[in-house]
Amino acid sequence: MNEKPEKLIDKKGLRLDGRKPDELRPVKLEVGVIPNADGSAYVEQGKNKILAGVYGPREVHPKHLALQDRTVLKCRYHMAPFSVQERKSPAPSRREVELSKVIRESLEPAIFMEYYPRTMIDVFIEVLQADGGTRCAGITAAALALADAGIPMRDLVVACAAGKVDDTIVLDLMDEEDKLGTADVPVAMMPNLNAISLLQMDGKLTHEEFEKAVNLAVEGCKKIYAVQKEALKAKYVGIKEEEAEE
Amino acid sequence: MASVVTRLKKKQIEQLIENGKRLDGRDLTDYREIKLEQGIIERAEGSARVLLGKTEIVVGTKIEMGEPFSDTPNEGVLTVNAELVPLASPEFEAGPPNEDSVELARIVDRGIRESKAIDTAKLCIEPGKKVFVVFVDVYVLNHDGNLIDASALAAVAALMNTKMSNYEVEDGEVKVKSGYVPLPLKDHPITVTCAKFGDKIVVDPSLEEELVMDARLTMAIDDDGDICAIQKGGAGYFTPDQVFEVAKIAKDKAKERRKKLDW
Repeated sequence: MNEKPEKLIDKKGLRLDGRKPDELRPVKLEVGVIPNADGSAYVEQGKNKILAGVYGPREVHPKHLALQDRTVLKCRYHMAPFSVQERKSPAPSRREVELSKVIRESLEPAIFMEYYPRTMIDVFIEVLQADGGTRCAGITAAALALADAGIPMRDLVVACAAGKVDDTIVLDLMDEEDKLGTADVPVAMMPNLNAISLLQMDGKLTHEEFEKAVNLAVEGCKKIYAVQKEALKAKYVGIKEEEAEE
Repeated sequence: MASVVTRLKKKQIEQLIENGKRLDGRDLTDYREIKLEQGIIERAEGSARVLLGKTEIVVGTKIEMGEPFSDTPNEGVLTVNAELVPLASPEFEAGPPNEDSVELARIVDRGIRESKAIDTAKLCIEPGKKVFVVFVDVYVLNHDGNLIDASALAAVAALMNTKMSNYEVEDGEVKVKSGYVPLPLKDHPITVTCAKFGDKIVVDPSLEEELVMDARLTMAIDDDGDICAIQKGGAGYFTPDQVFEVAKIAKDKAKERRKKLDW
């Protein structure tokens, strides 16, 4: 293991990777990366590399889970064994079970669930490389994959964490900051509805610090939201042009 | 099925809350009656029973010797597990933990862990080799809503009630001496759960309310009054202002309960 750095923020107020406290890591998003899936997206945020794939609406399996008035959303967040320093067992951990649940609940309010009764929509999130903030980057990619699958949504869902390292409230924690910092506050939201659909925290924050962290995370979400929309356009504007040529 | 009946009641519940009232007559920020007993299971190292209205939780703690995690070689280990016992609700089934019980256990765990309630440094016997492992087992015996607050309260109460064996280390051998010492605690987190109905926030949702709420938000408050853990649940959302409203309610409610419990 690497030596623990003494300070996570230097004298100039810069972080381990040279970012300012309110600066995001570079975010790269791509839509339509898995040919077999109905919708898919890939995200890189810092060293995070995460794939999201959507299948559905399709037949419910097992059948008894079917709902008569709306679709059933299923979500599986999973980390590849090679995605972290020490090999992670491929069997789902309790952490992954919990994250699958909260991610599903962050996406559900965006989807018009009542449009597809007696069906199921599967969302799969595979973390290929983890670098802190995987649930957030996973949500950002999963929302794009849902949109790519043509599922009607109230808004895209976008997520970003804020937190506290040393004594500073910072945006978008990387792995070391996540592990050695004082607090981590992941937030997912639908920016156009001003709606927070995922909120968790661990660590220790005063109420003032908590408000500051949530507001900072919301700002971060809005910045990534712009990248998200560009990524969708990049795929579909391209397709429209091809059609026009034909 | 219970959920069908409740969906018929959805409108009634929502209209009442819109007017600042609730089915069981409580105000929006009232808890149901809370009863707490400690030391009810003699075989356990510590135990507690909590009644929150009709929700009933028993927590037992056990302490064993085990290995520390490689990244914290000088610290004892905390393990929280939750069982949604099938006798507690027609909706519960026997079997391996499902996502609801895993989430419940992890929220209780997070409050205790992040507030540093257990002084884990004092649970180290031999650095890197032998430490005490504290098992906290949450048993849900009747489900009438807000399992989180009832479980978290019972868990901390059980930890406060936990005794561990006296021991001494001789040539790497652990010898148990007579008598007991209390489990070293440094903090006593209190969780407060709120449910959202439209633009209204209610405290301590009952099962009927949980089945029709938009979403819930839980905050754990430590001895200093700071926030140490948060979990949003349910397939709805909160506006940022509602999140801050919940934070304020949580702070006030935790303070109130802390005073009553004298924690």
